[in-house]
Amino acid sequence: MKSQTTELSSPANVSKTKRFFRTMVQQKYLYLMSLPFVIWVVIFSYVPIWGWLMAFQNYKPRNGILDQEWVGFKHFIELFSDERFYLVLRNTLAMSTMGLIVSFTVPVIFALLLNELRQQFFKRTIQTIAYLPHFVSWVVVSGIVTKMLSTDGGAVNELLMSLNLIDQPIQFMAKGEWFWGIVTVADAWKETGWNTIIFLAAMSGIDPELYEASTVDGAGRFRKMWHITLPGIRTTFMVLFILSIGHLISIGFEKQFLLMNPLVIDYAEVLDLYALNYGINLSRYSYGTAIGIFNSVVSIILVFLANFIYKKVTKESVI
Amino acid sequence: MSTQKGLLKQRSIGDRAFDIFNILFMITVGIVTLYPFLNVLAISFNDSVDTVRGGITIIPREFTWENYKTIFAYDTLLTGLRNTVLRTVLGTAIGVMTASMLAYTLSRVDFQARKWMSPLFAMTMYFSGGMIPIYMLMRQLSLIGTFEVYILPALLSVWNVFIVRSYIDGLPYALQESAKLDGANDWVIFWRVILPLCTPVLATIALFVAVGHWNAWFDTYLYNNQKPEFTTLQYELMKVLQSTSTGTNYRDPNAQQAIASVSPESIRMAITIVVTVPILFIYPFLQKYFVKGMTLGAVKS
Repeated sequence: MKSQTTELSSPANVSKTKRFFRTMVQQKYLYLMSLPFVIWVVIFSYVPIWGWLMAFQNYKPRNGILDQEWVGFKHFIELFSDERFYLVLRNTLAMSTMGLIVSFTVPVIFALLLNELRQQFFKRTIQTIAYLPHFVSWVVVSGIVTKMLSTDGGAVNELLMSLNLIDQPIQFMAKGEWFWGIVTVADAWKETGWNTIIFLAAMSGIDPELYEASTVDGAGRFRKMWHITLPGIRTTFMVLFILSIGHLISIGFEKQFLLMNPLVIDYAEVLDLYALNYGINLSRYSYGTAIGIFNSVVSIILVFLANFIYKKVTKESVI
Repeated sequence: MSTQKGLLKQRSIGDRAFDIFNILFMITVGIVTLYPFLNVLAISFNDSVDTVRGGITIIPREFTWENYKTIFAYDTLLTGLRNTVLRTVLGTAIGVMTASMLAYTLSRVDFQARKWMSPLFAMTMYFSGGMIPIYMLMRQLSLIGTFEVYILPALLSVWNVFIVRSYIDGLPYALQESAKLDGANDWVIFWRVILPLCTPVLATIALFVAVGHWNAWFDTYLYNNQKPEFTTLQYELMKVLQSTSTGTNYRDPNAQQAIASVSPESIRMAITIVVTVPILFIYPFLQKYFVKGMTLGAVKS
């Protein structure tokens, strides 16, 4: 700060560069603490973007990235004329839409109900239990889901049988039409508790006077939930929702990879798995990259679209 | 207290019915969440021949340590355990250090490079080169088939940087000013003033990073599937689960032998417990921290 004021009196353009370097020396520790990460982020996050060029080439790993045969949009044309691609796109959109709906309704309801619990100790115990599955890997969860749904002694089949709802066990894991539902429910089981954290935080930020005033006005519990609690979390909800829409198409593949088996592959294969199969297992790097680019471009369009609509409605922007 | 009692008296029947329904609902949620874990635990301690008869719920019928003895006699699993512990400890120490260091520099309003550095890092949260370009990069850097592939690409989490930064932003700046007047340089300020104050948020991100490393399996699958010496616990569990659920044979002779002596079901359940238990022991102690951390992250984004 002191150096800046003394510097101001000397000629402008000379002092500007001089001042820049002087500050740089003064902040040498800050540079030492951040520049290594700049190099790291360039290599591990920005260099792969450069790899997008592969989608427009017949990429051969032994040559450099610019020393390749350029083929224009060939891989994209091939991608869009592959029937399998549309099947995979259907699976991706079906599971992501189901996941989006469930992950934005169930946690809100759960948070509302948690918020209504009067016993603080009971509330905390339930929260601790509900957050637990979030920390368990998808590998473990897929094992648990397979176990619970198995036809010999799986808890779900046993329960349904003992309630006389079915006469013989349902082969959940072997029927393709169950797969989307299984992924959605497994995801809800794992993440619902975790997803309530933010909503509960938003609820605790609501002014208690609002509740007091409405009690005086004679509002019941449900009216308070509907007119105070829910509007109180609207902003949080919308921000998270818009951000999630961007992930509609890039939902990852972990759950699908771990829960699927050859019998249900026509319902389980999602875009990332399709890219993994072609791009790495079959070594068609260029084709796999083209799938990845499609994924990223659609995601970006979706985020901007969602943000545009949100802006139109509320006059505010999320990103 | 007296007002609350007054309110209690006023509560209508509908209100009370709702409370009862709510408590019953929460108990159901608790059971649905915990039952699968307890079931797996019971089976892992039950005699494997007896397990095939079915009907085990949450208490072992014929208690045995045999399943655990079998899996811990299996070398690949021990290698996996060693690598998982190593990457978790190393990765967490590095991850916490890097995130807090960068977060501090980016929190300094007077830092002249902040203007371009902040967006450089923030941008990477919104896009990614994708699986194949990243795979090719790892190939070019000769990271495939190495232990470093678990550490280097995940050296820093930009998300965690922004969580720590918003925490530092909330600390009084006067502390830094007075340290500076005492002649401390920026490194000393970070190390002696900022870091000790950041313990709660560092606990949060340590938990996130540790869980991420402990649970990772895909990097082993993608980069180290030809290197049994760099296998990880989750990857081994994944292989055992896939081999029996899809019917593809498990080529590892070690595993063949293990499966022959004890039923695969019991093996799977015992490995599942080994993989899960450490996390379940650590996380309740950190609960108050991560709830805060999550909220901070959300506010920032």
